[in-house]
Amino acid sequence: MDNRQKEIENLKDYKYGFSTDIENIRAPKGLNEDVIKFISKIKKEPKWMLEFRLKAFERFKLLKEPDWQKPKYPKIDYQDLYYYSAPKSMDDKPKSLDELDPKLLETYKKLGIPLQEQARLNGIAVDAVFDSVSVATTFREELSKLGIIFCPISEAIQNHPELVKKYLGSVIPTTDHFFATLNSAVFTDGSFAYIPEGIKCPMELSTYFRINASNTGQFERTLIVADKGSYVSYLEGCTAPMRDENQLHAANVELIALDDAEIKYSTVQNWYPGDKDGKGGIYNFVTKRGLCKGRNSKISWTQVETGSAITWKYPSCILKGDNSVGEFYSIAITNNHQKADTGTKMIHLGKNTKSKIISKGISAGFSDMTYRGLVDISPKASNSNNYTQCDSLLMGNKCGAHTVPYIKNKNSESNIAHEATTSKISEEQLHYCQQRGLNAEEAVGLIVNGFCKEVLQQLPMEFAVEAQKLVGISLEGSVG
Amino acid sequence: MKEQLQKDFNNIVKNLSLSKKDIEIKQFYLDNFINKGFPNRREEDWKFSDLKQIIKKDIGELSFYSDYTYTNKIDTSVFVDGLEHNKIVFINGRIEKIDFDYEQKNKIEIIDQSESINKLNNNSLSDLNNAFTNKSFKILVKKGYQLAKPLIIYHITNSQIWSKNINLRLEFELGENSSLRLIDLFNDSSEKNFLNIFYNFNLKENAVLKNYKVDRFDNKNIKYSFNNIDQDKNSISETFVLSAGSNFFKNEINCNLNGKYSSAFVNGIFSLNNSKHHEIRTIINHLTENTKSYQLIKSVLEDSSKAAYQGKIFVNSEAQKTDGYQLSKAILLNKDSEFNAKPELEIYADDVKCSHGSASGSLNEDSIFYLMSRGLNYLQSRELLINGFLLDVVEKITDTEIKNLIKNLIGIKE
Repeated sequence: MDNRQKEIENLKDYKYGFSTDIENIRAPKGLNEDVIKFISKIKKEPKWMLEFRLKAFERFKLLKEPDWQKPKYPKIDYQDLYYYSAPKSMDDKPKSLDELDPKLLETYKKLGIPLQEQARLNGIAVDAVFDSVSVATTFREELSKLGIIFCPISEAIQNHPELVKKYLGSVIPTTDHFFATLNSAVFTDGSFAYIPEGIKCPMELSTYFRINASNTGQFERTLIVADKGSYVSYLEGCTAPMRDENQLHAANVELIALDDAEIKYSTVQNWYPGDKDGKGGIYNFVTKRGLCKGRNSKISWTQVETGSAITWKYPSCILKGDNSVGEFYSIAITNNHQKADTGTKMIHLGKNTKSKIISKGISAGFSDMTYRGLVDISPKASNSNNYTQCDSLLMGNKCGAHTVPYIKNKNSESNIAHEATTSKISEEQLHYCQQRGLNAEEAVGLIVNGFCKEVLQQLPMEFAVEAQKLVGISLEGSVG
Repeated sequence: MKEQLQKDFNNIVKNLSLSKKDIEIKQFYLDNFINKGFPNRREEDWKFSDLKQIIKKDIGELSFYSDYTYTNKIDTSVFVDGLEHNKIVFINGRIEKIDFDYEQKNKIEIIDQSESINKLNNNSLSDLNNAFTNKSFKILVKKGYQLAKPLIIYHITNSQIWSKNINLRLEFELGENSSLRLIDLFNDSSEKNFLNIFYNFNLKENAVLKNYKVDRFDNKNIKYSFNNIDQDKNSISETFVLSAGSNFFKNEINCNLNGKYSSAFVNGIFSLNNSKHHEIRTIINHLTENTKSYQLIKSVLEDSSKAAYQGKIFVNSEAQKTDGYQLSKAILLNKDSEFNAKPELEIYADDVKCSHGSASGSLNEDSIFYLMSRGLNYLQSRELLINGFLLDVVEKITDTEIKNLIKNLIGIKE
């Protein structure tokens, strides 16, 4: 096979695998106080922010990397990573999109995310994060008329310090686990959204993450605060170029819902999964946690996990306010040598709290998938309810599917129900579809889409279509 | 504790006529145990029950020395009435009687294998057991023999022991086409002791094992029991656990389905009050094609009692056509009671049918209302519902005689 043909083959597998040749500014390699000070300085951060980072770094030095997870990976040398990388053209921040480096615009166009607002018909506000910085945020003016703040978090630290100071680290403290603490120390950019009291955000907010530079860890931080009675739907998408080495992505996402507020957070994660032999790919070690702080608040996580060499994350809900609701809908697909250990935690603290977990796992090839979840109903959470359903589908006997739920009920007035099944696509279903003229691959695609439907329909329309396609692509070649 | 362990160990070894090599082996396991100590919550398998803390809180200082030189008098009043049975009697950990009166003598062999070591489990309790068990027997049921009467193993403790650790170990081999019904009956009038029991079963082709573990009578002891069951082709094992009497009891059942068409059934009841804390942990390893397992665990928890169930179904990539099922249900009757579960599936084969379910909550108010509207008072309705809830598990017992015995013990009326 000549090179050209090889390239085409590869692109079929992962069409976002190109890299953009763009000049970068990087922090010196390695992790130490000076690098943290460098990041803080280049971001022109106030003193309290630097202190926040250094406090986290102090803590980080005491922590040990966890090793209880199912997918094992070679030891990461944290001194061998770049903790800051930004396109050079972002040095003097462009005032408008017209001043943006055309190469960047081109990159996002290739990814299907046109940043020029006029090209955007479906009305989604996008914050695009390229390596360590946010390069563009669209629709800001329109949103600000309603009092909604949607901007890169580095800007929010400067322009809205009172909000950031109040909420940053309130759900994921600087004293959390290894990767979360690392993120608190070195995070570079991400999105910040604040929805004021009583406002229903008129459009979907969205962040698009792209890792471009090699040897770079991406540590983004997202903070979303929904004030009393507000509503927001937030989308997140991610891709990375194909590289032979593994890249680390350790993001923190904090959600806070006050009284009667609702946050809907959807992710379509399509980081580079590595090649067919399991070489390269992203380590996606992300901490996502939502706090239902107020009464009657609601947080809903929806995730479609198809990319990454290793996915290791548990988007969680802390149901602190009375009558609050937590939801988790997940599709995780692993193929070739991908590994995933994902699930959720529902921590019921308030009275009358409800949570629902629907998880669908599909493993094919040589991959390994684990659902790991916790439902914890505390003694004070009277009259609370949880329903969990996790189904796994296996394709072939070289892959694995595992379910590890932890269920803790400490309140006699509360109910927990958990169900899990593991099976393969039944011969009868396949036979039925093929009889009606579909080939084996189409038949599997159809059945898998049906299997995932419960989760897919939770996604906003535009995302659902993309996700459905992604489900098909991810499983290509796993039949027969 | 370290000095105490070594001192007690030396005292025991002095009284026994052991070979030098044997003492060395025992010392090796003692050192292992001293290194690891009692299991605690930092170990994943002991997440829900921190044995180290429980022993510290309920017993305090444990003594590991037992004088096995004199015989205990057997109080025959504890024997089960109305059911003819063979007996093995342990009193305070000392084996006092092995009697297979109802069986053909040449079909059962009892082998003293006190010098053997169990390598089934590598947790620290297995080290402790290997270091301190003084007598251990292997009971071999010969090919084709089916025991006429059940075997009851009486685990009796009396007030002569206090704050003691007792270790015992038994091994069973069931030859081809043989069968054994085995009841473990715990009867304690002692307090604050820690019993550490290891059983190993080896089931050959077509063998059938039924093991019923009955811990019914209130006592303040702490118990750990580990069953390993290896199963050959077409063999069947049925394990039933009634977990109710002791202050703390953890039952572990590890089942290896090595042969095609072998099947394992594990059923259990937690019926707890006061501040009792019990756990059942099962691991069913489906290692070859066409194997089957079924598990049903039900709990009724009163006062500030706590129950935990950790069940794992493992299916390796050869074990196609596996059928694995697991269900745990709990009723919490008091606001201080607690139920924890970790039903786990680890599956590497695609043509399998595996599922688990877990539910916990309070008594159904609608059902209570239904019964009360038909003239029952609240307590009667509650009892009726709980009886019905537990009867479901008892009905899974395939042996009618033993089923009735257990129904009587729990006080379930039909």
